[in-house]
Amino acid sequence: MKEMSFAEAIEGALAQAMAHDPRIVIMGEDVQGLRLNLLARFGEKRVRNTPISESAFVGAAVSAAMAGLRPVVEVMMVDFIGVTMDALLNHAAKVDTFSGGKWKAPVVVRAACGGGYGDGGQHEQSLWGWLAHIPGLTVVVPSNPADAGGLMLAAIEYDGPVLYLEHKLLSDYWLDAVGAGGRETVHYDVPAEGAYGLVPKVWKPVPLAQAVTRRDGDDLTIVSVGVGVHRSLEAAHILEQEGYSVGVIDIRTVTPLDKSTLINAVSKTGHLVVVDEDYETFGLSGELAAIVLEAGIQLKYVRVCTRETIPYSRFLEDQILPNTQRIVDTALQVISK
Amino acid sequence: MKPDRWSLYRQIFRSRLFEEAVIQLWEAGLISGEMHLGVGEEAIVAGIVDQMIEGDAMALDHRGTPPLLMRGINPVLLLKEFLGLQDGLCSGMGGHMHLFSKDHLASSSGIVGSSGPTAVGFAFAGIHLRPGTLAVAFFGEGAINQGMMMEAMNLASAWKLPVIFVCKNNEWAISTSSPSVTGGSLMDRAFGFGIPAIEVEGSDVMEVWEGASEAFERARDGSGPTFLLARCTHPEGHYLGDPLLTMSRQPVKELSKRAGPLFRSIISRKGAPIRDRMKSLSDVMTVGKEIADQVAAIEDPLGLTRRGLVADIERLTMLEEEVSREISEAVELALNTD
Repeated sequence: MKEMSFAEAIEGALAQAMAHDPRIVIMGEDVQGLRLNLLARFGEKRVRNTPISESAFVGAAVSAAMAGLRPVVEVMMVDFIGVTMDALLNHAAKVDTFSGGKWKAPVVVRAACGGGYGDGGQHEQSLWGWLAHIPGLTVVVPSNPADAGGLMLAAIEYDGPVLYLEHKLLSDYWLDAVGAGGRETVHYDVPAEGAYGLVPKVWKPVPLAQAVTRRDGDDLTIVSVGVGVHRSLEAAHILEQEGYSVGVIDIRTVTPLDKSTLINAVSKTGHLVVVDEDYETFGLSGELAAIVLEAGIQLKYVRVCTRETIPYSRFLEDQILPNTQRIVDTALQVISK
Repeated sequence: MKPDRWSLYRQIFRSRLFEEAVIQLWEAGLISGEMHLGVGEEAIVAGIVDQMIEGDAMALDHRGTPPLLMRGINPVLLLKEFLGLQDGLCSGMGGHMHLFSKDHLASSSGIVGSSGPTAVGFAFAGIHLRPGTLAVAFFGEGAINQGMMMEAMNLASAWKLPVIFVCKNNEWAISTSSPSVTGGSLMDRAFGFGIPAIEVEGSDVMEVWEGASEAFERARDGSGPTFLLARCTHPEGHYLGDPLLTMSRQPVKELSKRAGPLFRSIISRKGAPIRDRMKSLSDVMTVGKEIADQVAAIEDPLGLTRRGLVADIERLTMLEEEVSREISEAVELALNTD
């Protein structure tokens, strides 16, 4: 094991994969600057800058994948995926089914996501629930360096389209690029264990569709993803001091969801709190409730999500994104005897 | 109508001072997130906005501050918005990339290329509701490779809509050299859509004004859209704290942070031939210097406009003092009220 940052982990896994498989290419806006080390090693044929033409280059990445490459295509921020949604919704997601399972599109679409640094509601969205709604897409959201590298490797190896979302509070270079900009006068609530941590010496894929229990608990289960996992762990710690035993599950892959880990935990505690930085309605949080209900489990359920367009103001933003205090308060509503 | 260098200079100088104040507030950590300035493109904006009338609309990109300021938005409201205050222009909800003023029919977006369709819609509403008015789309040359921009140009042309497509050309699409990712010429592209295109030197406000006046005339008399291509630079890079500029300004500091991983990448086994590696790398490492060289090569619109006025230094000094006072008072007011 060794220690590295979230960003270094993604890059390390990519470098390892690219060294073994010449079909892997990186393309996207400014990638030669963003992936300077990979450019230095693999050259500009495999690390290619694109124009600001998301519909063209994501669409092209999908068909390049069909034709034999393994592209990792970047759209900078997940918010910009709106521009190229057709390539994902109507093409990447459909190839497998439309061809009767005879043709795959092994493309990784990589984008930064998430808020907490005051950039406004067009650059700070999560959108994993929106993407996960579409059958045929896989959506992963790592919460720490080990998963960041392992899930990148799994995404590259998977024979279908994978959305790989990298939270800006965890990726130091993104946070500096769009938040601090080299300033020491601004501060962010970065979860330390998410941004930096132990990783394996040689990267191995972290299996897709496999949640992980970050903390065991008998009274209540919190389920989250990305930065929310760290906020949930903090909340669980506080709730423990109030006398409650609280478990935390990190789903890691939004879709396909690991239903059994969820169902096993909730069937034991009977209390579910979903912490989701994505929008509250018609998304992941409701889906988790549905899965548990469909399994016939009686439960008490609450959720802590983002309810509206994310405000630019840091002060307002802090209240609207799920934070530790909101999780604690909401959890107490269901477990207080 | 003739352009008045004095009022145009006032607009440019005022916008520059305002954004310099914004830099300070941003550096102090009072403004969060990214900050894209319009420094370097003020003459383009001034030459256009000066000819707009009541009922004309503006679709803005992520550098919306100068157009809004020049269109008459209270600078205190803008500053308060940037500070995230509830009595800011958009109640602290939008920030500098998402500025809206319904009264001025002005909207902004951080999504590259979106000002194209927005201007088309504004113009479409205009021919129904406000005959004789028009819509301006401000965007960079990076945006012209967006499908939505090209579709918008076609729609405006097919429907003969009163739109002025103002392309601020600094030749950098974020941090990628635009010519390296753009096929053909931008002027030809406009012609291809059947849109008359005018090229002007964007640092020369008088030239911008004159060139744009044709576009305004065409739009107002129902002859359809015009494409205006204006060269400019962004001395602050894509946004404040642009790492590429830091690289050229403080190479030792930046390189020392990056040297280890870079060196390891270059010597790692399995990868491109070493000559390709070095070439790729040097292409990227010189981007910051190329931007700096370009900034040095193109005259600052502020200085260029001012040069035509120094004969009357007394009037000029008075104007500059008055504007400076206005901006410092605005900053004071924004910082000291809740």
